[in-house]
Amino acid sequence: MSNPTQQELDEYRTEARAWFTENTPKDPGFMLPLTFMEVGTQQQFDFLREWQNKVWAAGYLGANWPEQYGGRGLPEVFQNLATKEMSRAGGPIMINAIGLSWAGPLLLDMGTGEERARYIKNILSAEDIWCQGFSEPENGSDLGNAQTKAVRDGDEWVINGSKIWTTQGNFAKYMILLARTNPDAPTKYKGLSFFLAPMDAPGIETTPIRKLTGEYGFTQTFFTDARIPGDCLMGEEGEGWKVAMRTLEYERGARGGQPGGYVMTYPDITQVVELAKTANYNGKPAIEDPLIRDELVALLMESRSMRLSSARTGIAPLNQERPLSIPLSSKLASTEFMKHMAEFATRLQGTRAAYYVGDVDAHEHGIWQRGYLNSFSATIGGGTSEIQHNIVGEHVLGLPKS
Amino acid sequence: MTFSNNGSIGFSDEQAELLEVAQRFCREKSPVDKVRSLLDDETGHDPAVWSELAELGWLAIAVPEEFGGVGLSLAEVVPVVEQMGRSLMGGPFLSTTVAAQAVLHGGTDAQKNALLPDLCAGTPAAVALMEGSGDWDLTNMSCTASRDGDALVLSGTKVLVADAATAAWLVVSVSLEGSAALIIVPKETLGDDALQREVVIDETRRSYKVTLDGVRVSADQVLSGASAAQTLAHIELVTSLLLAAEMCGGTASCIDYTVDYLKTRKQFGKLIGSYQALKHPAVDALIAYEQARSHVYAAAHSFSAQGEGEIATRMAKAQAATAMSFAADRAIQFHGGFGFTYDCDAQLYRRRAFWGDSQHGDSAYQRKRLADLMF
Repeated sequence: MSNPTQQELDEYRTEARAWFTENTPKDPGFMLPLTFMEVGTQQQFDFLREWQNKVWAAGYLGANWPEQYGGRGLPEVFQNLATKEMSRAGGPIMINAIGLSWAGPLLLDMGTGEERARYIKNILSAEDIWCQGFSEPENGSDLGNAQTKAVRDGDEWVINGSKIWTTQGNFAKYMILLARTNPDAPTKYKGLSFFLAPMDAPGIETTPIRKLTGEYGFTQTFFTDARIPGDCLMGEEGEGWKVAMRTLEYERGARGGQPGGYVMTYPDITQVVELAKTANYNGKPAIEDPLIRDELVALLMESRSMRLSSARTGIAPLNQERPLSIPLSSKLASTEFMKHMAEFATRLQGTRAAYYVGDVDAHEHGIWQRGYLNSFSATIGGGTSEIQHNIVGEHVLGLPKS
Repeated sequence: MTFSNNGSIGFSDEQAELLEVAQRFCREKSPVDKVRSLLDDETGHDPAVWSELAELGWLAIAVPEEFGGVGLSLAEVVPVVEQMGRSLMGGPFLSTTVAAQAVLHGGTDAQKNALLPDLCAGTPAAVALMEGSGDWDLTNMSCTASRDGDALVLSGTKVLVADAATAAWLVVSVSLEGSAALIIVPKETLGDDALQREVVIDETRRSYKVTLDGVRVSADQVLSGASAAQTLAHIELVTSLLLAAEMCGGTASCIDYTVDYLKTRKQFGKLIGSYQALKHPAVDALIAYEQARSHVYAAAHSFSAQGEGEIATRMAKAQAATAMSFAADRAIQFHGGFGFTYDCDAQLYRRRAFWGDSQHGDSAYQRKRLADLMF
């Protein structure tokens, strides 16, 4: 289908709205994760997996992906409408974030037909949960130095080493894995290969990591002579860095092609405005304090500018000189903004800023306090803000490498 | 009150065309050595360039055709001013555009017919609003006009009147019979010593103290098509939008200037742009600039929308001033010892950002007004 008519779009929106109104789950009676990095219990996992499956089955996830791989083959505009309706109805997140947002688009982009046929549909349906094995305990920002080894042995690869910050590692069926296949390659980057590794292979173990919030959501993954099939290699041996870099472009939102839905619910700055009206700050509503007002306006301006900039990327004459400027800096700008916003929303609670999740007096169950602590996952994960500064400085401003 | 914080952005074909033409024109006519040669010039601009841009029709962009204009809107003036700002171009373009908008908003048809066709053809004009009190509230004024038969007699002093010397007429705000009024004061009605050049931080500007004592103008020079308070509010927003565009352009070239240095200057055997202590703030400046540019073009797009136009414009001015001040501050610092010299262009940008920020309310003032508008 090309160039849908307004009527077709309106009808689709009406149907989607009706479906989400009818099917969006009510309060399950336990705290739901706001992002895919906060899935800490089996109860949360089961609930969210069922929800994603239901949305997909109804046609509102992956509507823009090819039919042969479980999508609906529609123009992206339809999926965008569906996603908006999901958000409007306050639907929970899609759990299979790494599958949907990174591995899936990557496979559609660079995978073989066979790989797509094998993996994509179950990514959409949440049948197969995916995780990512990039960072290592000793190699975080210096990802290119990853030392987990993969050695070919007959029809198999033998993996040894350890990956860390594996989101949903304990739930995942597959991992996108960056491992060193040639320790003697001319550069550290050329020694890396990219694998689609089954997590149930013998020799793979996951250990939960407790986060700064006190909750769970990540694991460390250990490979001890783990054997995975030979055809798990994606792309050519020695081309892992290239595939990993493309993956990171999806992760950082610098490249489109996602199947819709959302894997995080972002608190909106307008919620902070409402909070400021009710929160007691030194004996008065926070919104009456001049310094609070000033900071709140600054945040509103920043929030608005990011939306406007995103719209501006569609106006070619206003992006001529540095076309990558906005796309490559959006991860840095938006994650630092979210952190600042959560910090501000906590601070403006005055004395109640001291409460935390679990106390009856915590404002909105301590959602902002926890949100602030969790916001570091985004300023660190996917390339820290410091690495993002390097990327923008080097690839947008053309500055020499650090 | 609940409000939407979405804003909206759009871009017309005319904006695109003017952006391209203005970029080329300003680069060619206002290279930095030209800018520097004009710093010591009494008029601060090149009259030949002024004639050319009048011929290009730029003064007429946002004036309706019936008054000799092109009939577009301020949205189309924004890319032109942005590119002038980018090239640090001096001259009375901004003042003249604001004066035209003041007459359009507040004047009668007769006044528009009398003034605007000449203005569109290249007659400069300016506005005289500020006073020694330093109040950004334009309705707070101590200059007065009193009636003397068919004439008005003015008294008081206006300050920081940009381009007063080149302007053929000034729009002057005064208190008349207890109410605000805007009066057209032709150049020839001013006394011989009425204009006194001010020393201002931005040396590309020409700014004057204007003594009004004893100036007599005909009573029909009062802008009487709309209330003066409304026209003053309009002038404030028009000027803010254009200053935001100008600062946005200045931020762009300031960043380019700094990045060039970071890519060529070596210390400790390495290009200084490879050091993160310089690279990371350069990126912060870029991000602030992109945010400013999005705000500026959103404000241009929604300028005439009731309510939203003012919010978008104040955001644009606040962000553009913040971005340019930061970029220029870092530009001086990152040029090291050279940055401390008059020869380094970084100071031109830093001084200009102070000028723009100080006109019609700095960033903090804009945020204060925004809070009152939004909460």
